[in-house]
This record gives sequence, structure tokens and C-alpha cells, in this order.
Amino acid sequence: MTRSLPENRGRSDVRFHTGVREALNDPQIRANFRSAMDGLIHKRRNAFPDPAALERLRLRSERIRANALSRLPELLEQLEQRCTANGIRVHWAETVEQANEIVLGIMRQHDARMLIKGKSMVSEEMGLNTFLEQQGIECLESDLGEFIIQLVGEAPSHIIAPAIHKNRQQVARIFRDKFPDIPYTEDIEQLTRNAREILRKRFYQAPVGLSGVNFAVAETGTLCLVENEGNGRMCTTVPPVHIAVTGIEKVVERLADVPPLLDILVRSATGQPISTYFNMISSPRRPGERDGPKEVHLVLLDNGRSRIYEDPELIATLRCIRCGACMNHCPVYTRVGGHPYLATIPGPIGSVLEPQKAGLDRLGVLPTFSTLCGACGEVCPVRIPLPKLLNRLRYEGVRKGSGALPGAGSRRGRNESLLWGLWRWLHTSPRLYRAAGRLATRLRHLLPNRLGPWTRVRKPPRIAARSLHQLAHDQEFDHE
Amino acid sequence: MSKARDNILSRLRTARPDLPGGELEKTASPPSSTPNQRIEQFRSHLEAVRAEVYLSGRDEWVAELQRLAQEKRIGSLLYAPDGPLGSAISKGWDEQTKPHLKWFEQEIDNWKEPIFFDTEAALTSARAGIAATGTLVLWPTVEEPRSWSLVPPIHIAVLDTSHLHDTFESLMEAEAWHQGMPTNALLVSGPSKTADIEQTLSYGIHGPVQLIVLLLQ
Repeated sequence: MTRSLPENRGRSDVRFHTGVREALNDPQIRANFRSAMDGLIHKRRNAFPDPAALERLRLRSERIRANALSRLPELLEQLEQRCTANGIRVHWAETVEQANEIVLGIMRQHDARMLIKGKSMVSEEMGLNTFLEQQGIECLESDLGEFIIQLVGEAPSHIIAPAIHKNRQQVARIFRDKFPDIPYTEDIEQLTRNAREILRKRFYQAPVGLSGVNFAVAETGTLCLVENEGNGRMCTTVPPVHIAVTGIEKVVERLADVPPLLDILVRSATGQPISTYFNMISSPRRPGERDGPKEVHLVLLDNGRSRIYEDPELIATLRCIRCGACMNHCPVYTRVGGHPYLATIPGPIGSVLEPQKAGLDRLGVLPTFSTLCGACGEVCPVRIPLPKLLNRLRYEGVRKGSGALPGAGSRRGRNESLLWGLWRWLHTSPRLYRAAGRLATRLRHLLPNRLGPWTRVRKPPRIAARSLHQLAHDQEFDHE
Repeated sequence: MSKARDNILSRLRTARPDLPGGELEKTASPPSSTPNQRIEQFRSHLEAVRAEVYLSGRDEWVAELQRLAQEKRIGSLLYAPDGPLGSAISKGWDEQTKPHLKWFEQEIDNWKEPIFFDTEAALTSARAGIAATGTLVLWPTVEEPRSWSLVPPIHIAVLDTSHLHDTFESLMEAEAWHQGMPTNALLVSGPSKTADIEQTLSYGIHGPVQLIVLLLQ
């Protein structure tokens, strides 16, 4: 169900453009996203009635995350040491391949043929389901949204609400096709109950449960999970083995860092005062305890994060707490949904994060999936300057020579760089600029009617007969 | 995989950017509230997410719980005879009427099937409560294992109002959580719910369908 990344190199953005066009032409997608995003925007706004208090909380949350990043190697070591002392087994993976092998190894140790999963974007990043299924191991998503899209082999289109692109009729039809014995219903509460019954048996049987991690606390070796459904608690409580997978950036220094982050995460994501469950796991079942997994494994995944860490500006990407507010407020995301991004994480944060991981040669088009309106940066709970980072990555894509970023400079085209070279030349010499202006107004009728993609859906711009300079001169405006 | 570990850590060490550290200031905590304000806040938040909250006296709650359970036609109730509520229950429960009390001994392997498919309701104590968000704080124990508040369709929790704190932050500080965490600490703020279909709120997905809180004062 996880899509492979596009193999196209250089300026071939065709697959992205096709996806965008398909999404724009699908009224169902447009309607589903518009209403869902409007709802989420509204709920978030109501959750933060006091703008000054929100700003204080954002500032504090930014500092907590920035502080954790500034001490990342030490905190990771401390986390490992505390977790190990608590009985949690810690594994390190530089690549998704290594992470997948670690999970497979644990499954094989227990002769386990089935894995029940709570929601985890890192497991999506790993392509874990596809990998394990190739090894004959069944992976079952248990978050309701993830469960629905897994039934039809689709990828999540939103990090918090993965099946947001489906409406109730579509979900009802999926249930009818996949579970013909259950009476057809379009009632959401009944659909929810049906999923409960189906998945209950699977929680009961599952030999291994997998989850992501929202915050990993170095001070106490505690893994924190935020959720509403209880499937995360099921996956981490009932099966005899629990595997948690997380990116190395999710660590925080102290337990006291958790309450403000939890507060701003949940309110930014869904507008609730708090999620139904906040699950803090510090060890496997201790002697005498009567339930809980006997083994807990923590897989720490790098996959390019340590490279993002090198750049003093781009490191802000790693502050992200995955609330989804930036996509909820993005005018581009709202119109096309998550699928056309062809990456694990869509929306503004995905457009910043994913090209840094996969390379600008593969996903360098994503930073252009933005109008630079600034909404994402304004709502980000940890104040990641997303518009600035989008701009930076646009520059890195077309820069001269190659930088530290993978694929830097790969989007540089000869015609485009020549044109900009000419533009710069004209704009740095007043004489040339005036001459070019005169020429442009004289020759304005020679402007072709077709100007690339611009005129596909628009009229070509027309150059005025007299320039603003000339008009101002006629009006005898002062030179300045 | 210790090679992966060393590679990652050494990359991070070499690359470490010059980031401003500095003291983290706390957000001003809300002015402390009176016990009654806390109860009201706690109750209104929980009721807003379809949990039921009942105030009861410290001496009458067992009888009231039984009456409530009968009203809800609960046939049997899972409880912990050795847990913090055990002695009050065994003293005050009317064995002649429903619900019947039941408990599980030994480890989950011995009661996994009945808790999944043959347990209507479970009773547990709550360690504390958080007024600002309407939250129960559970630290499951040997006597009251963590699946009891999760698997049965109805979870009944008993919380003494003297354990109500203003915020998660103030609770954590007051109880010095950083000095030692249990295997599993839980914040529970309502019955399980989802909005994964059309962003429409729907209760009773994987965790309890109903959450009933008895507040003792």
C-alpha cells in the first residue's frame, strides 16, 4: 500500500502534474477536503481563544523542541540508557532497510505471522507493510482511517485523518465489498461499531503490536503516544510483544517538557482540549504485573534526519510534532489533498521534509506546491518558518553547482537560468533597464499568445503602451 | 546494529549546529482554583465528550454504584478484590442482586478470552484527576491491570475529589513523576472516539464505549 517514490530525475515533474490535475478535476476530492479542512481550521481557532496565550505556548514549545535538538546526540544516548535500564530494547537504524530488517528479525524471533499496527507515519516512511507482506507476514492497520484505506490499498492522504478523502458513502461501499456478511449501512456510528467488532478479534489474536511515538522522554526513558481510538493502547497492551518505531528527532529532554507539547499538539491538530488517551510507556511487563507486553522494542530511525541536522536553517524541519495544522491551513493542500505529493507526508511540512530526505532530484517539485501565503508558518505550533524553508529549497533546487543537500542544483534549466541572467543584467543597469522598457512597449504587439503553462488556463499578459515611469514623468512626479 | 548507532551519533556530533539553548520559561499557570471549581471544570469537560460523572459521598458510593449499574443493566462487574476499592466493595455490595462481581486471577493468558468476549464492565480506581481537561490519571497496578480500563465496553472509574489537580503540569510537578515512572501511565479523557469518517465524531471505537466516573467527596 505504500507507494514507491517517483524515479523521475531532473525536471520531469509529469507524474506530479498528472496527480494534481486528476485531484483538481475530481469534485468529490475537492468537496471532501474543503469541508474537512474548514472544520479543522474552525476547531483549532476555537481551541485557542486567547491569541496572546497561544503565542506564549508556541514560543515555549519551540524552545523545548529546539533545546532537545541542540542536545540531540546526548539525549539519544540518555534515552537509550534509561530505556535499557527499564527493560526496553533499543535498536538503531540508519536507513529504512535496516529498520525493516530489525522489525522482521523481531517477528521471526517470535515466529510471528501477523503484526497489528497503531498509527505510525514512520512505518509508512519505512514501507513496512509492503516489506513484511513480501516476507509472508500480515500487517493490519487498526486506526479506523488507516484500516479503511488499507482495505482498498490506498495511502493516507492526511497525517492525522488518513481517510479524509473518502466520504461516508464511499466507506460504506468499501465495507460492503470487503465484509459482505455485515448489513450495509451509511451510518457513521454503525460503521464505527462494525470496525470495532472486526478488529477486536484481531487485537485478541495478534502476537506483536506496533506503534509510533509522539514524544520519547530521555530523562525517564518513556515513550508517549497520543490517540483517541484506543487502538494504540490495544497494540501496546494486549500482544505479548510491542515494537515502537520513531525518528531520532522525537526525543525531548525532560518529562516536564511533555505537558505543554501535548497541549499544543492536540489543540493544533483537532481542536480538542486533550486527546482521549495519552499513553506513557516506560517498560515492558514487570515481575508480578499481570498484563502488558513482555517485550518492548524501540527502533530509532535516522533515514536522512542527521543530514537535515547539519544545516542551521533547515534543522528547524526537525522541530515538527506532526499536528497537521500546516496542511489544514494550506490553500494548495486543501484543493488537491495528500496524494499528489507522492510522498509519505504531504502539505507544507511534507514539501519541506520529504525533498530533504529523498533528494531534490526526486521531490524537488514539492516546494513549489505552495503559494507562499504564509498560513502554514503562522499556525505551526513550534514556529517552523515553513515559507522561508520552502523558498530555501526552491533555491537549492535551481542553484548553481551542488550544495550539501542531495539533488541540489538538479532542477536548474538552461533556458530558465539564461532568462534570469538576462533579467539580472537588465535590472542592475539603469540605462539598459530604460532601453529594455522602451523596447518592450514598442514591440508589445509581438508578444506571443501562448506563453507556456501560464496561458493554458489564462489570457497572456499585455504590455501597456506607456510604462509607469513614463506616466509618472508626464504627471511631473518628483524623481523619487 | 551498534555500527548504525555509532554512525548516527557521530554524524550528529560532527554536524551539531550552533543553536541557542537557554532557559525554558514556564507559561504562567492559571490562578489556582477552589475544589468546587475544579470539580465543575472536570465534570463539564468529561460530560462534553459523553462521559458520565456522578458525585457521591465517601460512605455511600458503593450502594450508589450498584444502583447505577443496575439501572444500566450491567449483569456482572469486573473488580479487583485486593485493589484500593476492594474492601469497600466487599463490605458494601449486596450480593443478592445484580451486577455479580467478578475478578481475574493470575496473568492475562488466563483471562484474555473472558475479558475480550465476556466482560461487560470493569471498575478501577483513578490515581488523580486533571480539572483543566477533564482527565482521569491511571497508573495501572498488579491488582488493577492496564487492560481492565481498556478492553471491556464499559469502564467505571472512582476518583476522590481530593486528588483533583488543576493541570497535567501541576500534577506532574506535585507528584514528582520524573523520579520514577510506572510501567504504564495513562491519561483518559472520555470514552474512545474517532472522527476518521467525514470528521464526524463517533464514540466507542476500540476502547470503552462508555466511561462512567464516580467522584467521591
